[in-house]
Amino acid sequence: MIKKYDISGEDFSLAGEASSNFKSVLKRLGISTEIVRRVSIAMYEAEINTIIHGGGGECEAEIKSNAISVTFRDNGPGIANLELAMQEGYSTASEKIRELGFGAGMGLPNIKKYTDDMLIDTAPGKGTTLTLIINL
Amino acid sequence: MLLSDIKKILDAEVLSGEDDAALCKKDIHTACGCDLMSDVLAFVKDQSLLLTGLINSQVIRTAEMMDIVAVCFVRGKTPAEDVIELAKDKDITILSTQLPLYTACGMLYDEGLRGRSND
Ligand SMILES: Nc1ncnc2c1ncn2[C@@H]1O[C@H](COP(=O)(O)OP(=O)(O)OP(=O)(O)O)[C@@H](O)[C@H]1O
Ligand SMILES: [Mg+2]
Repeated sequence: MIKKYDISGEDFSLAGEASSNFKSVLKRLGISTEIVRRVSIAMYEAEINTIIHGGGGECEAEIKSNAISVTFRDNGPGIANLELAMQEGYSTASEKIRELGFGAGMGLPNIKKYTDDMLIDTAPGKGTTLTLIINL
Repeated sequence: MLLSDIKKILDAEVLSGEDDAALCKKDIHTACGCDLMSDVLAFVKDQSLLLTGLINSQVIRTAEMMDIVAVCFVRGKTPAEDVIELAKDKDITILSTQLPLYTACGMLYDEGLRGRSND
């Protein structure tokens, strides 16, 4: 089963709609609370990044027999130094985003912590594609 | 600790409309106080109440993802109507207290409500 979502880069108050919808799909399918929570947190972090750093994009979430795989794609600025971006505390978020309670540089490390696999394809000017995988 | 007791201790107002009978059905075992949603997402484990001074819709989204069942806004802050509606939709109770964050957390701690279940 595949769900697709448009991630609008315009309205930050809508950030989390995709994660929220997919969470209710997983719950309805009777997936365990622990797995649902891990997917939700990782997906929400990635969704926020797609909006605040990538300027919006799209998301494809798939439930396979042995895993849940969620991909976020944007055509934003890309990440120049991925090793740096993966470090806890590194953030380029604006003052405005920080006032909303984000921009602590915890998102990518947190996605890694909550998933079984995390793949990032990114380059300056090319945009960013992030896939997170949680085994069932 | 029942949410109805928390409401009493913090002298809080219920913005999401539940009556005391409904608040008695939500039993809160642990809580956290935080203004940084990044940290809530990264460090919160199984806390069911979030106290915060931030009032935007991402607070409710964050609570939703973390399975947090109640949010208490401190220092008398009142969120916009759409934030309250979002919370109702997700069955998240919203309280508002005049107390500042530090004091509100301290009072609940004093009454026996802890952070993570093992601290
Ligand atoms: N989709 C993206 N496009 C461009 N840059 C990104 C993207 N995702 C992450 N980054 C870069 O990586 C940095 C670290 O991301 P991370 O999610 O760890 O922290 P953050 O988003 O800045 O803060 P937090 O997630 O704690 O709110 C970002 O500040 C940004 O510079
Ligand atoms: Mg982030």
